[in-house]
Amino acid sequence: MIHTSSMPLTKEQIAQRIARELKHGFYVNLGIGIPTLVANYIPAGVDVVLQSENGLLGMGPFPTPDKVDPDLINAGKQTITTINGSVFFDSAASFGMIRAGKVDLTVLGAMEVSDQGDIANWKIPGKMVKGMGGAMDLVASARNIIVAMLHTNPKGESKLLSHCALPLTGVRCVKKVVTDLAVLDITPDGFLLRERAPGVTVEEIQAKTAGKLLVPSEVPEIVL
Amino acid sequence: MNKVVRGPDEAIYDIHDGATLMLGGFGLCGIPENCIAALVKKGIKNLTCISNNAGVDDFGIGLLLQQKQVRKMISSYVGENAEFERQLLSGELLVDLIPQGTLATRCLAAGYGMPAIYTPAGVGTEVAEGKEVRNFKGKDYLLEYAFDADFAIVKAWKGDTMGNLVFHATARNFNPLMAMAGKITIAEVEELVPVGSLDPDSIHTPGIYVHRIFEGKNYQKRIEQLTISQP
Repeated sequence: MIHTSSMPLTKEQIAQRIARELKHGFYVNLGIGIPTLVANYIPAGVDVVLQSENGLLGMGPFPTPDKVDPDLINAGKQTITTINGSVFFDSAASFGMIRAGKVDLTVLGAMEVSDQGDIANWKIPGKMVKGMGGAMDLVASARNIIVAMLHTNPKGESKLLSHCALPLTGVRCVKKVVTDLAVLDITPDGFLLRERAPGVTVEEIQAKTAGKLLVPSEVPEIVL
Repeated sequence: MNKVVRGPDEAIYDIHDGATLMLGGFGLCGIPENCIAALVKKGIKNLTCISNNAGVDDFGIGLLLQQKQVRKMISSYVGENAEFERQLLSGELLVDLIPQGTLATRCLAAGYGMPAIYTPAGVGTEVAEGKEVRNFKGKDYLLEYAFDADFAIVKAWKGDTMGNLVFHATARNFNPLMAMAGKITIAEVEELVPVGSLDPDSIHTPGIYVHRIFEGKNYQKRIEQLTISQP
């Protein structure tokens, strides 16, 4: 039941909220979809370096038409640019720095997240399987993983579960989930509701969260 | 020492039906366009291709798929190709999907003379099925084997006649790793330069790994996702 004055976050606002988790000096890997939008909201004065797992540290904005280089793309295969301090390397070095825990924060999308921090985002049985790309490497090694996704699927069913039904990408790895309705930390005891979207009630979030949800006495609204 | 061959047809002359090939590139970025065209022309079949992606319908490895030359793909992501999907669903094509970092590091291991690696990628997922798991310092890792490829085909920006290679920007990707990993490595380059003209400090792939080299022609360098900022 959606409250008439409730204001679920747009995808851009989910990205904007996640951008507030960026700390000065972070190396950050942003996945495809909502996570890519996080780059548009990096707070002023926060200096972060974006890693693209095909082999680049220091990803710059999209090029102007005269600066397009087919040899310079990101992991989403979009044309991009370098910035001062950018460096190229091969894909083994790229996943080496990921595996070694050098990337401070990974943001990625998900189809399902469990209250234990499991994530499923690569395969729907019975549908064409495109592959996991770098997602399994990232979630197996990243020190801090934030998932950006909508709280429910198009049928209105919760994507925050006690156990993922879809094939897993990684186990017990997600630390935080930011949805259109809420910000939740993953704790040993389940999802901990930290913030709610403006006007969205705790009851609505409870109704749309199938996994175990811990609700503190105070749940502030998300401030963007 | 001179490893220069006349062109792609000579470079791939002994690639046979049933061979296992590594093909460099990420998406359509840094793919060996000339050698792929020569493989299509030669018409050899039943290939196993190790490549991060499988091209698009009318370019890259997609051209080999169109001619039904590929029996098996070993890739991390294969999303952009309708003919690929058709062959997969009909059972004509086998696909082994593996994590991208595992793919890269299995190439690295082959080039470094190591039989296997341990990686946490895929622990607790279906990727781990049937694999040895070992715990180091409280964390589980999967044993993954080095690749064993008959040929590696890579694309570089510059190369000299001894086979030393330099890559450009993110077209580097899997190319130097696969260059190290083939029993026979074929490099096509945009610019073939005389030996001595590359800065030894700036060479990415030492020529010891490269067996044949030629200057490619007519690179299309197709872009999959053109994204631009307004000036």
